[in-house]
Amino acid sequence: MRKEVMYIQSSLPIARNTIEMVLKNYYISQTAIPGQFLHLFIDGLSLRRPISIADVDREKETVTILFKKEGTGTKRLAMYQEGMTLDVLGPNGNGFKLDKECSRILLVGGGIGVPPLYYLGKTLAKQDMKIISLLGFQSAEYVFYREKFQALGETWMVTNDGSYGEKGFVTDVLDKIEDVDRYYSCGPMPMLQAVTKKLEHKQGYVSLEERMGCGIGACLACVIPRTNDRGYYKICKDGPVFRAKEVAL
Amino acid sequence: MNLAVELPGLHLKNPIMPASGCFGFGREYSDFYDLGKLGAVIMKAATGNERFGNHTPRVAETASGMLNAIGLQNPGVEKIIETEVPFLANYDIPIIANIAGSTIEEYEEVAAAFNQTDDVYALELNISCPNVKKGGIQFGTDPDMAANVTKKVKQVSNLPVYVKLSPNVSDIVVMAKAVKAAGADGLSMINTLSGMKIDVAKKRPLLANQTGGLSGPAIKPIAIRMIYEVKQQVSIPIIGMGGISNVEDVLEFLLAGASAVAVGTANFQNPFICPEIMDELPMVLRNYGFHSLQNVIEKGAQIV
Ligand SMILES: Cc1cc2nc3c(=O)[nH]c(=O)nc-3n(C[C@H](O)[C@H](O)[C@H](O)COP(=O)(O)OP(=O)(O)OC[C@H]3O[C@@H](n4cnc5c(N)ncnc54)[C@H](O)[C@@H]3O)c2cc1C
Ligand SMILES: Cc1cc2nc3c(=O)[nH]c(=O)nc-3n(C[C@H](O)[C@H](O)[C@H](O)COP(=O)(O)O)c2cc1C
Ligand code: FES
Repeated sequence: MRKEVMYIQSSLPIARNTIEMVLKNYYISQTAIPGQFLHLFIDGLSLRRPISIADVDREKETVTILFKKEGTGTKRLAMYQEGMTLDVLGPNGNGFKLDKECSRILLVGGGIGVPPLYYLGKTLAKQDMKIISLLGFQSAEYVFYREKFQALGETWMVTNDGSYGEKGFVTDVLDKIEDVDRYYSCGPMPMLQAVTKKLEHKQGYVSLEERMGCGIGACLACVIPRTNDRGYYKICKDGPVFRAKEVAL
Repeated sequence: MNLAVELPGLHLKNPIMPASGCFGFGREYSDFYDLGKLGAVIMKAATGNERFGNHTPRVAETASGMLNAIGLQNPGVEKIIETEVPFLANYDIPIIANIAGSTIEEYEEVAAAFNQTDDVYALELNISCPNVKKGGIQFGTDPDMAANVTKKVKQVSNLPVYVKLSPNVSDIVVMAKAVKAAGADGLSMINTLSGMKIDVAKKRPLLANQTGGLSGPAIKPIAIRMIYEVKQQVSIPIIGMGGISNVEDVLEFLLAGASAVAVGTANFQNPFICPEIMDELPMVLRNYGFHSLQNVIEKGAQIV
């Protein structure tokens, strides 16, 4: 991880309140692995903002992020335009473990938890693994990256109101999906709780979120309890990705 | 330019150190730069046994600062002496141990434990943590209790003791006088101010602990005022902190009456903030007409 300047190559809305930003930087584009995040400095704000790496192009030396305009920071970030630069710490965290012996992989994403799964899916598809994606969104207007996931393999879409794909939650669809060797999931906590419970008998990984101070493991703001009362992990440094069984969600 | 400062137990090659709790035990920042450049390092608080701290969320953003309610999470003093102190001792910097407890006995036990190692040069007595229910703040707001814990720690420790004062009092000078009379070798000023944020959407306090400690540039004017008031009336050295984020802030603290400074929250925004300030310090001092750091500290002591 380093402190780097990233050039904004493009910044475009791709769904309701959702921005896709392509950032150019040699070091981060060459070293980032799926599941890692960037810690972005935004002018006028005290704390950096963590955003997952959604895609990397090592040849073009670019890193793609997707973010939702939620509060002060992400709204301000959405105003940054092509040609401007960002002060970034990255790539941060440990990323997804890629279990080489697997052949059938399930990706379960919810809302703005979908982006890190794309870079993961792309990486695993290149290793000839079969990818099944199950993506949940609030409603049709929030849906993004449908074709990109379809290009990786079988893709199920779910919206809470049924305005696109199946109606309901991702867990309502899980039973319809064929058996897999591993699952990887990222999304809101209630979704992760439901998914890990439903797939209890499977080995899987989850990517977690928590409010961060430093983003590098020094301040102890971003902890998650380990299973069996054995203290805490730091999400920014030991995570954000954990084996589902090692954390108490 | 000579940037050295002599303080009880501490020979600092420059006056810049990271503040307790904002630097862990240095490991993470050692990936960014050579910790040997720092004037000193103040470790994360140590308590008698391992502490797990508060529930999350533990931090919140505020205008020009942040709230934190970590709750003194740390692996316990023995583990710190066994694994963290030896790591920091690889660098040529004085190590200051920040100590906390829920009872006077726990403070004594933690302070005495640091006698085992030759690598810790001073204690910073944290009687001002606003985020723990027992101990912490209550020692820091009652002058008799503050004096008592200082005296007890002085009795069991062979290290100089810097008492870290809480700004959550109406008269900081009374507190400073009380701990000086009890034997404090120096003061650390200031800890965080007790604050709160409400999550409007959820209609409940944002931090799991409800309240948290406010830090960052938002508290700098309070720190400056308190250091200035104490310096006028209490003649022991002060390590100043509270919202320092650039080299001019450092000068302001020294002119208010501090002899060295600690940088906290600003490390989160820019992990290189300490070495950057150190690199800029000589030129900025020269621009303001100073020929050494000692020169600024002397000027600070005379300001009325
Ligand atoms: C490892 C990680 C990866 C993430 N990846 C993405 C991503 O790819 N795309 C995306 O849109 N969002 C992502 N998030 C969530 C994103 O960081 C928050 O939505 C964002 O910080 C909100 O900032 P704000 O200033 O808009 O909101 P505000 O509410 O104004 O922020 C105030 C403070 O709260 C923190 N905060 C608020 N919401 C969250 C949250 N959900 N998680 C963590 N901290 C929060 C902010 O960082 C800031 O310190 C990720 C979070 C983490 C921890
Ligand atoms: C996340 C965080 C953790 C802290 N932990 C401690 C601690 O363990 N012991 C202590 O004495 N002070 C602790 N502090 C207070 C700082 O050392 C410092 O006094 C305060 O933050 C003011 O300085 P700043 O505005 O530069 O951050 C902590 C502050 C923050 C922000
Ligand atoms: S954000 Fe500081 S330890 Fe994770």
